[in-house]
Amino acid sequence: MKLYLKYFAIHLKSTMQYKASFFMTVTGSFLTSFTVFLGIFFMFQRFHSVAGFSYEEVLLCYGIMLMGFSVAQMFASGFKVFDSMIANGEFDRILCRPRNEIFQVLAFRIDFVRIGMLLQGIVMLWYALVKCPVDWTFPRALTVALMVIGSSVLFSALFLLDGSVAFFTLQGLEFMNVFTYGANEHGKYPLSIYGKGMLTFCTFVIPYALVQYYPLTYVLGRSDRAWYMLLPIIACLFVVPCWIVWRIGVHRYKSTGS
Amino acid sequence: MIEVKDLKKTFKVARREAGFGEAVKALFHREYELIHALDGISFSIGDGEMVGYIGPNGAGKSSTIKILSGILTPDSGLCTVGGRTPWKERRAHVKEIGVVFGQRSQLWWDVPVIDSFELLKEIYTIPAGTYKKNLSELTEILDLSKIVKTPARQLSLGQRMRCEIAASLLHDPKVLFLDEPTIGLDAVSKLAVRDFIKRRNKDHGTTVILTTHDMQDIEALASRIILIGKGRILLDGTLDDIRRGGEHIDETVAELYKKFDV
Repeated sequence: MKLYLKYFAIHLKSTMQYKASFFMTVTGSFLTSFTVFLGIFFMFQRFHSVAGFSYEEVLLCYGIMLMGFSVAQMFASGFKVFDSMIANGEFDRILCRPRNEIFQVLAFRIDFVRIGMLLQGIVMLWYALVKCPVDWTFPRALTVALMVIGSSVLFSALFLLDGSVAFFTLQGLEFMNVFTYGANEHGKYPLSIYGKGMLTFCTFVIPYALVQYYPLTYVLGRSDRAWYMLLPIIACLFVVPCWIVWRIGVHRYKSTGS
Repeated sequence: MIEVKDLKKTFKVARREAGFGEAVKALFHREYELIHALDGISFSIGDGEMVGYIGPNGAGKSSTIKILSGILTPDSGLCTVGGRTPWKERRAHVKEIGVVFGQRSQLWWDVPVIDSFELLKEIYTIPAGTYKKNLSELTEILDLSKIVKTPARQLSLGQRMRCEIAASLLHDPKVLFLDEPTIGLDAVSKLAVRDFIKRRNKDHGTTVILTTHDMQDIEALASRIILIGKGRILLDGTLDDIRRGGEHIDETVAELYKKFDV
Protein backbone atom coordinates (compact mmCIF):
# COMPACT_ATOMS: atom_id res chain seq x y z
CA MET A 1 0.00 0.00 0.00
CA LYS A 2 2.83 2.34 0.85
CA LEU A 3 4.39 1.46 -2.45
CA TYR A 4 1.15 2.20 -4.25
CA LEU A 5 1.07 5.63 -2.65
CA LYS A 6 4.59 6.22 -3.95
CA TYR A 7 3.48 5.31 -7.42
CA PHE A 8 0.47 7.53 -6.93
CA ALA A 9 2.68 10.47 -6.00
CA ILE A 10 4.87 9.94 -9.06
CA HIS A 11 1.85 9.78 -11.35
CA LEU A 12 0.50 12.94 -9.82
CA LYS A 13 3.83 14.68 -10.32
CA SER A 14 4.06 13.47 -13.91
CA THR A 15 0.53 14.62 -14.65
CA MET A 16 1.18 18.00 -13.12
CA GLN A 17 4.09 18.49 -15.51
CA TYR A 18 1.46 19.20 -18.11
CA LYS A 19 -1.06 21.24 -16.17
CA ALA A 20 -2.85 22.90 -19.06
CA SER A 21 -3.28 19.64 -20.88
CA PHE A 22 -4.50 18.00 -17.70
CA PHE A 23 -7.20 20.53 -16.97
CA MET A 24 -8.36 20.61 -20.55
CA THR A 25 -8.66 16.84 -20.68
CA VAL A 26 -10.49 16.77 -17.35
CA THR A 27 -12.94 19.31 -18.72
CA GLY A 28 -13.30 17.24 -21.85
CA SER A 29 -13.92 14.11 -19.84
CA PHE A 30 -16.55 15.96 -17.82
CA LEU A 31 -18.25 17.33 -20.92
CA THR A 32 -18.32 13.98 -22.68
CA SER A 33 -20.27 12.39 -19.89
CA PHE A 34 -22.30 15.58 -19.52
CA THR A 35 -23.68 15.16 -23.04
CA VAL A 36 -24.84 11.71 -22.05
CA PHE A 37 -26.64 13.32 -19.16
CA LEU A 38 -28.22 15.81 -21.53
CA GLY A 39 -29.40 12.91 -23.64
CA ILE A 40 -31.21 11.46 -20.67
CA PHE A 41 -32.52 14.87 -19.67
CA PHE A 42 -34.06 15.67 -23.04
CA MET A 43 -35.53 12.25 -23.37
CA PHE A 44 -37.33 12.64 -20.11
CA GLN A 45 -38.68 15.99 -21.28
CA ARG A 46 -40.75 13.98 -23.75
CA PHE A 47 -41.36 10.70 -22.01
CA HIS A 48 -41.88 10.86 -18.34
CA SER A 49 -40.76 7.41 -17.56
CA VAL A 50 -38.81 4.62 -19.16
CA ALA A 51 -40.24 1.18 -18.49
CA GLY A 52 -41.62 2.47 -15.23
CA PHE A 53 -38.49 4.26 -14.05
CA SER A 54 -38.62 7.98 -13.45
CA TYR A 55 -36.00 10.58 -14.38
CA GLU A 56 -34.52 10.69 -10.88
CA GLU A 57 -34.37 6.93 -10.66
CA VAL A 58 -32.53 6.65 -13.92
CA LEU A 59 -30.08 9.31 -12.79
CA LEU A 60 -29.47 7.39 -9.60
CA CYS A 61 -28.75 4.31 -11.63
CA TYR A 62 -26.49 6.07 -14.12
CA GLY A 63 -24.67 8.05 -11.42
CA ILE A 64 -23.72 4.82 -9.71
CA MET A 65 -22.57 3.14 -12.90
CA LEU A 66 -20.64 6.19 -14.03
CA MET A 67 -18.83 6.40 -10.71
CA GLY A 68 -17.89 2.75 -10.88
CA PHE A 69 -16.78 3.09 -14.47
CA SER A 70 -14.66 6.18 -13.86
CA VAL A 71 -13.00 4.67 -10.79
CA ALA A 72 -12.08 1.63 -12.87
CA GLN A 73 -10.91 3.85 -15.74
CA MET A 74 -8.75 5.79 -13.36
CA PHE A 75 -7.10 2.96 -11.46
CA ALA A 76 -7.21 0.00 -13.83
CA SER A 77 -6.23 1.83 -16.98
CA GLY A 78 -2.88 0.02 -17.03
CA PHE A 79 -4.79 -2.91 -18.50
CA LYS A 80 -6.20 -0.71 -21.22
CA VAL A 81 -2.71 -0.06 -22.55
CA PHE A 82 -1.49 -3.53 -21.72
CA ASP A 83 -1.07 -4.60 -25.34
CA SER A 84 1.45 -1.81 -25.86
CA MET A 85 3.19 -2.73 -22.60
CA ILE A 86 3.82 -6.15 -24.06
CA ALA A 87 4.89 -4.73 -27.40
CA ASN A 88 7.42 -2.27 -26.02
CA GLY A 89 8.91 -4.63 -23.45
CA GLU A 90 7.52 -2.85 -20.43
CA PHE A 91 6.07 -6.12 -19.25
CA ASP A 92 9.54 -7.73 -19.34
CA ARG A 93 10.66 -4.99 -17.02
CA ILE A 94 7.75 -5.77 -14.73
CA LEU A 95 8.76 -9.42 -14.63
CA CYS A 96 12.27 -8.32 -13.61
CA ARG A 97 10.96 -6.75 -10.44
CA PRO A 98 10.18 -8.49 -7.19
CA ARG A 99 6.53 -7.52 -7.04
CA ASN A 100 3.22 -8.95 -8.10
CA GLU A 101 2.57 -8.46 -11.82
CA ILE A 102 -1.03 -7.30 -11.51
CA PHE A 103 -0.04 -4.81 -8.88
CA GLN A 104 2.65 -3.40 -11.11
CA VAL A 105 0.34 -3.08 -14.09
CA LEU A 106 -2.22 -1.31 -11.91
CA ALA A 107 0.45 1.01 -10.59
CA PHE A 108 1.91 1.59 -14.04
CA ARG A 109 -0.82 3.96 -15.06
CA ILE A 110 -3.23 6.08 -13.09
CA ASP A 111 -5.48 8.07 -15.31
CA PHE A 112 -6.20 11.18 -13.30
CA VAL A 113 -8.14 12.90 -16.04
CA ARG A 114 -11.05 10.56 -15.35
CA ILE A 115 -11.69 12.72 -12.36
CA GLY A 116 -13.90 14.80 -14.63
CA MET A 117 -16.09 11.82 -15.28
CA LEU A 118 -16.07 10.83 -11.63
CA LEU A 119 -17.16 14.32 -10.66
CA GLN A 120 -20.05 14.08 -13.07
CA GLY A 121 -21.08 10.78 -11.51
CA ILE A 122 -20.92 12.23 -8.02
CA VAL A 123 -23.02 15.26 -8.94
CA MET A 124 -25.59 13.10 -10.64
CA LEU A 125 -25.77 10.67 -7.78
CA TRP A 126 -26.05 13.45 -5.26
CA TYR A 127 -28.87 15.08 -7.19
CA ALA A 128 -30.70 11.78 -7.50
CA LEU A 129 -30.24 10.96 -3.83
CA VAL A 130 -31.88 14.22 -2.88
CA LYS A 131 -34.67 14.10 -5.42
CA CYS A 132 -35.61 10.44 -5.36
CA PRO A 133 -38.71 9.77 -3.30
CA VAL A 134 -36.93 7.16 -1.29
CA ASP A 135 -37.06 6.66 2.41
CA TRP A 136 -33.31 6.61 3.08
CA THR A 137 -32.74 3.95 5.66
CA PHE A 138 -29.29 2.76 6.59
CA PRO A 139 -29.50 -0.52 4.60
CA ARG A 140 -30.55 1.40 1.51
CA ALA A 141 -27.69 3.88 1.79
CA LEU A 142 -25.34 0.97 2.34
CA THR A 143 -26.70 -0.69 -0.78
CA VAL A 144 -25.88 2.37 -2.86
CA ALA A 145 -22.33 2.34 -1.49
CA LEU A 146 -22.01 -1.37 -2.27
CA MET A 147 -23.29 -0.77 -5.78
CA VAL A 148 -20.60 1.85 -6.39
CA ILE A 149 -17.89 -0.41 -5.02
CA GLY A 150 -19.24 -3.45 -6.82
CA SER A 151 -19.39 -1.71 -10.18
CA SER A 152 -15.85 -0.35 -9.74
CA VAL A 153 -14.59 -3.85 -9.09
CA LEU A 154 -16.62 -5.34 -11.91
CA PHE A 155 -15.41 -2.81 -14.47
CA SER A 156 -11.82 -3.26 -13.26
CA ALA A 157 -12.19 -7.02 -13.66
CA LEU A 158 -13.36 -6.47 -17.21
CA PHE A 159 -10.34 -4.28 -17.93
CA LEU A 160 -8.16 -7.04 -16.49
CA LEU A 161 -9.83 -9.51 -18.84
CA ASP A 162 -9.45 -7.06 -21.71
CA GLY A 163 -5.73 -6.72 -20.93
CA SER A 164 -5.25 -10.47 -20.64
CA VAL A 165 -6.51 -10.90 -24.19
CA ALA A 166 -3.30 -9.20 -25.32
CA PHE A 167 -1.35 -12.28 -24.20
CA PHE A 168 -3.13 -14.34 -26.80
CA THR A 169 -3.56 -11.95 -29.70
CA LEU A 170 -0.69 -9.50 -29.21
CA GLN A 171 -3.12 -6.74 -29.89
CA GLY A 172 -6.05 -5.84 -27.69
CA LEU A 173 -9.33 -6.83 -29.18
CA GLU A 174 -11.72 -4.05 -29.90
CA PHE A 175 -14.65 -6.34 -29.38
CA MET A 176 -13.87 -6.44 -25.66
CA ASN A 177 -14.99 -2.82 -25.56
CA VAL A 178 -18.52 -4.07 -26.03
CA PHE A 179 -18.34 -5.30 -22.48
CA THR A 180 -16.55 -2.35 -20.92
CA TYR A 181 -17.63 0.82 -22.70
CA GLY A 182 -20.77 -0.79 -24.00
CA ALA A 183 -21.82 -1.83 -20.53
CA ASN A 184 -21.29 1.66 -19.22
CA GLU A 185 -23.33 2.94 -22.12
CA HIS A 186 -26.39 0.79 -21.63
CA GLY A 187 -25.90 0.71 -17.88
CA LYS A 188 -27.43 4.18 -17.91
CA TYR A 189 -30.84 2.60 -17.63
CA PRO A 190 -31.94 -0.16 -15.30
CA LEU A 191 -31.16 -3.31 -17.22
CA SER A 192 -34.72 -4.63 -17.12
CA ILE A 193 -35.75 -2.19 -19.86
CA TYR A 194 -33.76 -4.19 -22.40
CA GLY A 195 -35.88 -7.28 -21.94
CA LYS A 196 -35.54 -10.63 -20.32
CA GLY A 197 -32.76 -12.07 -22.47
CA MET A 198 -30.44 -9.18 -21.79
CA LEU A 199 -31.20 -9.28 -18.10
CA THR A 200 -30.38 -12.99 -17.93
CA PHE A 201 -27.11 -12.40 -19.80
CA CYS A 202 -26.19 -9.58 -17.43
CA THR A 203 -27.03 -11.73 -14.44
CA PHE A 204 -25.21 -14.92 -15.23
CA VAL A 205 -22.58 -14.20 -17.87
CA ILE A 206 -21.24 -10.77 -17.07
CA PRO A 207 -22.95 -9.88 -13.82
CA TYR A 208 -23.80 -6.23 -14.37
CA ALA A 209 -27.31 -6.72 -13.16
CA LEU A 210 -25.96 -7.75 -9.78
CA VAL A 211 -24.45 -4.32 -9.20
CA GLN A 212 -27.19 -2.44 -10.94
CA TYR A 213 -30.72 -3.72 -11.52
CA TYR A 214 -31.40 -5.99 -8.54
CA PRO A 215 -29.97 -3.82 -5.77
CA LEU A 216 -31.57 -0.81 -7.44
CA THR A 217 -35.03 -2.33 -7.14
CA TYR A 218 -34.34 -2.85 -3.46
CA VAL A 219 -33.17 0.73 -2.99
CA LEU A 220 -36.21 2.10 -4.78
CA GLY A 221 -38.55 -0.02 -2.73
CA ARG A 222 -39.74 -2.06 -5.71
CA SER A 223 -38.54 -5.22 -4.10
CA ASP A 224 -38.58 -6.35 -0.49
CA ARG A 225 -35.75 -8.78 -0.88
CA ALA A 226 -33.15 -7.31 1.43
CA TRP A 227 -30.57 -9.86 0.30
CA TYR A 228 -30.41 -8.02 -3.00
CA MET A 229 -28.16 -5.56 -1.25
CA LEU A 230 -25.48 -8.23 -1.01
CA LEU A 231 -25.47 -9.01 -4.72
CA PRO A 232 -22.78 -6.42 -5.55
CA ILE A 233 -20.45 -8.36 -3.28
CA ILE A 234 -21.21 -11.55 -5.17
CA ALA A 235 -20.59 -9.72 -8.45
CA CYS A 236 -17.04 -9.09 -7.24
CA LEU A 237 -16.41 -12.81 -7.60
CA PHE A 238 -16.27 -12.12 -11.32
CA VAL A 239 -12.65 -11.13 -10.66
CA VAL A 240 -11.79 -14.79 -10.15
CA PRO A 241 -12.31 -16.06 -13.71
CA CYS A 242 -10.64 -12.92 -15.08
CA TRP A 243 -7.70 -13.53 -12.81
CA ILE A 244 -7.46 -17.13 -14.00
CA VAL A 245 -7.36 -15.98 -17.63
CA TRP A 246 -4.62 -13.55 -16.65
CA ARG A 247 -2.60 -16.31 -14.95
CA ILE A 248 -2.89 -18.50 -18.02
CA GLY A 249 -1.79 -15.55 -20.11
CA VAL A 250 1.27 -14.84 -17.96
CA HIS A 251 2.19 -18.50 -18.08
CA ARG A 252 1.89 -18.53 -21.82
CA TYR A 253 3.88 -15.33 -22.13
CA LYS A 254 6.70 -16.80 -20.11
CA SER A 255 6.88 -19.78 -22.39
CA THR A 256 6.67 -17.92 -25.69
CA GLY A 257 8.25 -14.62 -24.83
CA SER A 258 5.90 -12.76 -27.07
CA MET B 1 27.33 -18.86 -9.43
CA ILE B 2 25.40 -19.40 -12.64
CA GLU B 3 24.91 -22.91 -13.90
CA VAL B 4 23.30 -23.62 -17.24
CA LYS B 5 22.88 -27.11 -18.54
CA ASP B 6 21.48 -28.26 -21.86
CA LEU B 7 19.02 -25.42 -22.14
CA LYS B 8 16.56 -25.70 -25.00
CA LYS B 9 13.98 -23.31 -26.28
CA THR B 10 11.93 -23.54 -29.43
CA PHE B 11 9.63 -20.86 -30.75
CA LYS B 12 6.75 -21.32 -33.08
CA VAL B 13 6.77 -18.54 -35.61
CA ALA B 14 3.90 -17.92 -37.97
CA ARG B 15 5.07 -17.43 -41.52
CA ARG B 16 3.50 -16.47 -44.75
CA GLU B 17 4.54 -15.39 -48.18
CA ALA B 18 4.33 -11.77 -49.19
CA GLY B 19 1.28 -10.41 -50.94
CA PHE B 20 -2.34 -9.66 -50.21
CA GLY B 21 -3.69 -13.05 -51.22
CA GLU B 22 -1.33 -14.76 -48.85
CA ALA B 23 -2.33 -12.40 -46.07
CA VAL B 24 -5.95 -13.35 -46.52
CA LYS B 25 -5.05 -17.00 -46.61
CA ALA B 26 -3.10 -16.61 -43.39
CA LEU B 27 -6.23 -15.42 -41.66
CA PHE B 28 -7.69 -18.88 -41.97
CA HIS B 29 -4.75 -21.14 -42.07
CA ARG B 30 -1.38 -20.47 -40.57
CA GLU B 31 1.83 -22.20 -41.29
CA TYR B 32 4.26 -22.37 -38.49
CA GLU B 33 7.95 -22.70 -38.51
CA LEU B 34 9.89 -23.95 -35.54
CA ILE B 35 12.85 -21.83 -34.59
CA HIS B 36 15.38 -23.40 -32.30
CA ALA B 37 16.41 -20.31 -30.42
CA LEU B 38 18.43 -22.35 -27.97
CA ASP B 39 19.52 -25.78 -28.97
CA GLY B 40 21.09 -27.23 -25.89
CA ILE B 41 23.46 -24.71 -24.39
CA SER B 42 25.55 -25.26 -21.28
CA PHE B 43 28.00 -23.08 -19.43
CA SER B 44 28.86 -22.10 -15.92
CA ILE B 45 29.92 -18.72 -14.68
CA GLY B 46 31.62 -18.24 -11.35
CA ASP B 47 31.02 -15.44 -8.85
CA GLY B 48 32.70 -12.21 -9.80
CA GLU B 49 33.34 -13.16 -13.41
CA MET B 50 32.84 -10.77 -16.29
CA VAL B 51 31.58 -12.54 -19.33
CA GLY B 52 30.92 -11.18 -22.78
CA TYR B 53 28.05 -12.99 -24.41
CA ILE B 54 28.30 -12.39 -28.11
CA GLY B 55 26.82 -13.61 -31.33
CA PRO B 56 25.08 -12.28 -34.41
CA ASN B 57 21.50 -10.99 -34.34
CA GLY B 58 19.01 -13.73 -33.71
CA ALA B 59 21.59 -16.12 -32.34
CA GLY B 60 19.77 -16.64 -29.06
CA LYS B 61 21.48 -14.06 -26.89
CA SER B 62 18.39 -12.33 -25.62
CA SER B 63 16.57 -15.62 -25.13
CA THR B 64 19.36 -16.68 -22.82
CA ILE B 65 19.29 -13.39 -20.94
CA LYS B 66 15.51 -13.63 -20.64
CA ILE B 67 15.75 -17.13 -19.23
CA LEU B 68 18.48 -16.12 -16.81
CA SER B 69 16.45 -13.17 -15.60
CA GLY B 70 13.29 -15.22 -15.10
CA ILE B 71 11.19 -13.71 -17.89
CA LEU B 72 11.18 -16.79 -20.08
CA THR B 73 10.66 -20.45 -19.26
CA PRO B 74 12.79 -22.85 -21.31
CA ASP B 75 11.43 -26.05 -22.85
CA SER B 76 13.98 -28.21 -21.15
CA GLY B 77 17.31 -28.04 -19.40
CA LEU B 78 18.58 -26.80 -16.08
CA CYS B 79 19.53 -23.34 -15.02
CA THR B 80 20.36 -22.02 -11.59
CA VAL B 81 21.50 -18.59 -10.53
CA GLY B 82 22.82 -18.55 -6.99
CA GLY B 83 21.09 -21.87 -6.37
CA ARG B 84 17.69 -20.69 -7.61
CA THR B 85 15.85 -21.59 -10.75
CA PRO B 86 14.87 -18.17 -12.15
CA TRP B 87 11.48 -19.02 -13.62
CA LYS B 88 10.38 -20.99 -10.58
CA GLU B 89 11.25 -18.49 -7.89
CA ARG B 90 10.87 -15.31 -9.87
CA ARG B 91 10.46 -12.83 -7.07
CA ALA B 92 13.27 -14.11 -4.87
CA HIS B 93 15.49 -14.39 -7.91
CA VAL B 94 15.02 -10.90 -9.32
CA LYS B 95 15.98 -9.35 -6.01
CA GLU B 96 19.47 -10.66 -6.59
CA ILE B 97 19.90 -9.48 -10.14
CA GLY B 98 20.06 -6.18 -11.95
CA VAL B 99 19.10 -5.85 -15.59
CA VAL B 100 19.93 -3.00 -17.92
CA PHE B 101 18.35 -3.03 -21.35
CA GLY B 102 20.28 -0.50 -23.41
CA GLN B 103 17.33 0.23 -25.63
CA ARG B 104 14.67 0.62 -22.98
CA SER B 105 14.39 2.84 -20.01
CA GLN B 106 13.31 1.98 -16.53
CA LEU B 107 13.26 5.59 -15.40
CA TRP B 108 10.07 7.57 -15.19
CA TRP B 109 9.99 9.93 -18.07
CA ASP B 110 8.48 13.05 -16.56
CA VAL B 111 9.85 13.15 -13.05
CA PRO B 112 13.35 13.80 -11.70
CA VAL B 113 15.57 10.74 -11.74
CA ILE B 114 15.83 10.76 -7.97
CA ASP B 115 12.08 10.07 -7.76
CA SER B 116 12.56 6.95 -9.85
CA PHE B 117 15.31 5.87 -7.48
CA GLU B 118 13.06 6.44 -4.49
CA LEU B 119 10.39 4.32 -6.10
CA LEU B 120 12.86 1.53 -6.77
CA LYS B 121 13.85 1.68 -3.13
CA GLU B 122 10.26 0.80 -2.26
CA ILE B 123 9.86 -1.78 -5.01
CA TYR B 124 12.91 -3.70 -3.86
CA THR B 125 12.29 -2.86 -0.18
CA ILE B 126 15.84 -1.64 0.23
CA PRO B 127 16.57 -0.72 3.86
CA ALA B 128 17.03 3.04 4.31
CA GLY B 129 20.67 2.74 5.39
CA THR B 130 21.67 0.53 2.49
CA TYR B 131 19.83 2.76 0.05
CA LYS B 132 21.57 5.86 1.31
CA LYS B 133 24.97 4.24 1.18
CA ASN B 134 24.46 2.83 -2.32
CA LEU B 135 22.97 6.02 -3.64
CA SER B 136 25.82 8.19 -2.42
CA GLU B 137 28.37 5.74 -3.76
CA LEU B 138 26.72 5.49 -7.17
CA THR B 139 26.16 9.23 -7.32
CA GLU B 140 29.80 9.85 -6.69
CA ILE B 141 31.28 7.29 -9.06
CA LEU B 142 28.83 7.87 -11.90
CA ASP B 143 28.92 11.62 -11.34
CA LEU B 144 25.16 11.93 -11.00
CA SER B 145 24.89 14.71 -8.44
CA LYS B 146 24.03 17.34 -11.04
CA ILE B 147 21.57 15.26 -13.02
CA VAL B 148 19.45 13.36 -10.51
CA LYS B 149 17.15 16.32 -10.05
CA THR B 150 16.45 16.55 -13.78
CA PRO B 151 13.48 14.75 -15.35
CA ALA B 152 14.66 11.75 -17.35
CA ARG B 153 13.21 13.12 -20.58
CA GLN B 154 15.64 16.05 -20.47
CA LEU B 155 18.77 13.95 -20.08
CA SER B 156 21.14 13.12 -22.88
CA LEU B 157 21.46 9.47 -23.78
CA GLY B 158 24.81 9.19 -22.01
CA GLN B 159 23.49 10.79 -18.83
CA ARG B 160 20.42 8.61 -18.96
CA MET B 161 22.44 5.45 -19.34
CA ARG B 162 24.47 6.34 -16.27
CA CYS B 163 21.22 6.77 -14.37
CA GLU B 164 19.87 3.49 -15.76
CA ILE B 165 22.92 1.64 -14.51
CA ALA B 166 22.66 3.28 -11.11
CA ALA B 167 18.96 2.36 -11.00
CA SER B 168 19.69 -1.29 -11.55
CA LEU B 169 22.37 -1.40 -8.85
CA LEU B 170 20.55 0.30 -6.00
CA HIS B 171 19.50 -3.02 -4.50
CA ASP B 172 23.03 -4.48 -4.49
CA PRO B 173 22.46 -7.25 -7.01
CA LYS B 174 24.99 -10.04 -7.12
CA VAL B 175 24.57 -10.48 -10.85
CA LEU B 176 24.27 -7.72 -13.40
CA PHE B 177 22.94 -8.32 -16.90
CA LEU B 178 23.81 -5.65 -19.40
CA ASP B 179 22.08 -5.83 -22.73
CA GLU B 180 23.94 -3.52 -25.11
CA PRO B 181 24.74 -0.92 -22.47
CA THR B 182 26.77 1.31 -24.76
CA ILE B 183 24.46 1.37 -27.75
CA GLY B 184 24.24 4.84 -29.20
CA LEU B 185 26.61 6.44 -26.71
CA ASP B 186 29.35 8.90 -27.58
CA ALA B 187 33.00 8.02 -26.95
CA VAL B 188 33.26 9.76 -23.60
CA SER B 189 30.07 8.20 -22.24
CA LYS B 190 31.12 4.78 -23.48
CA LEU B 191 34.41 5.05 -21.62
CA ALA B 192 32.66 6.24 -18.49
CA VAL B 193 30.22 3.32 -18.58
CA ARG B 194 32.98 0.79 -19.20
CA ASP B 195 35.14 2.18 -16.42
CA PHE B 196 32.27 2.04 -14.04
CA ILE B 197 31.35 -1.55 -14.83
CA LYS B 198 34.93 -2.61 -14.37
CA ARG B 199 35.17 -0.83 -11.08
CA ARG B 200 31.90 -2.24 -9.83
CA ASN B 201 33.10 -5.74 -10.62
CA LYS B 202 36.37 -5.19 -8.81
CA ASP B 203 35.01 -3.45 -5.72
CA HIS B 204 31.81 -5.43 -5.19
CA GLY B 205 32.62 -8.69 -6.92
CA THR B 206 29.46 -8.29 -9.00
CA THR B 207 29.13 -10.93 -11.68
CA VAL B 208 28.63 -9.19 -15.00
CA ILE B 209 27.11 -10.70 -18.10
CA LEU B 210 27.28 -8.45 -21.06
CA THR B 211 25.74 -8.76 -24.49
CA THR B 212 26.91 -6.31 -27.07
CA HIS B 213 27.81 -5.84 -30.68
CA ASP B 214 30.50 -3.38 -29.75
CA MET B 215 33.68 -5.41 -29.64
CA GLN B 216 35.54 -2.66 -27.84
CA ASP B 217 33.17 -3.25 -24.93
CA ILE B 218 34.26 -6.84 -24.91
CA GLU B 219 37.89 -5.95 -25.23
CA ALA B 220 37.69 -3.51 -22.35
CA LEU B 221 35.52 -5.55 -20.04
CA ALA B 222 35.26 -9.23 -20.62
CA SER B 223 38.03 -11.56 -19.69
CA ARG B 224 35.91 -14.40 -20.94
CA ILE B 225 33.84 -14.72 -24.08
CA ILE B 226 30.96 -17.00 -24.87
CA LEU B 227 30.08 -17.04 -28.54
CA ILE B 228 26.64 -18.24 -29.49
CA GLY B 229 25.27 -18.88 -32.96
CA LYS B 230 22.17 -20.69 -34.19
CA GLY B 231 21.28 -21.58 -30.66
CA ARG B 232 24.52 -23.36 -29.86
CA ILE B 233 27.61 -22.34 -28.00
CA LEU B 234 30.40 -22.17 -30.52
CA LEU B 235 33.18 -21.01 -28.34
CA ASP B 236 33.86 -20.42 -24.69
CA GLY B 237 37.23 -18.98 -23.84
CA THR B 238 39.33 -15.91 -23.31
CA LEU B 239 39.91 -13.15 -25.74
CA ASP B 240 43.45 -14.33 -26.29
CA ASP B 241 42.19 -17.76 -27.30
CA ILE B 242 40.48 -16.38 -30.36
CA ARG B 243 43.09 -13.87 -31.30
CA ARG B 244 45.98 -14.68 -33.45
CA GLY B 245 47.58 -11.37 -32.70
CA GLY B 246 47.82 -7.98 -34.25
CA GLU B 247 44.54 -7.66 -36.03
CA HIS B 248 41.55 -5.57 -34.98
CA ILE B 249 39.04 -7.18 -32.65
CA ASP B 250 36.14 -6.58 -35.02
CA GLU B 251 37.96 -8.54 -37.71
CA THR B 252 38.64 -11.38 -35.34
CA VAL B 253 34.98 -11.67 -34.49
CA ALA B 254 33.82 -11.29 -38.08
CA GLU B 255 36.16 -14.08 -39.03
CA LEU B 256 34.79 -16.24 -36.24
CA TYR B 257 31.23 -15.68 -37.44
CA LYS B 258 32.32 -16.64 -40.93
CA LYS B 259 34.18 -19.69 -39.74
CA PHE B 260 31.15 -21.02 -37.89
CA ASP B 261 28.86 -19.90 -40.66
CA VAL B 262 26.43 -18.03 -38.41
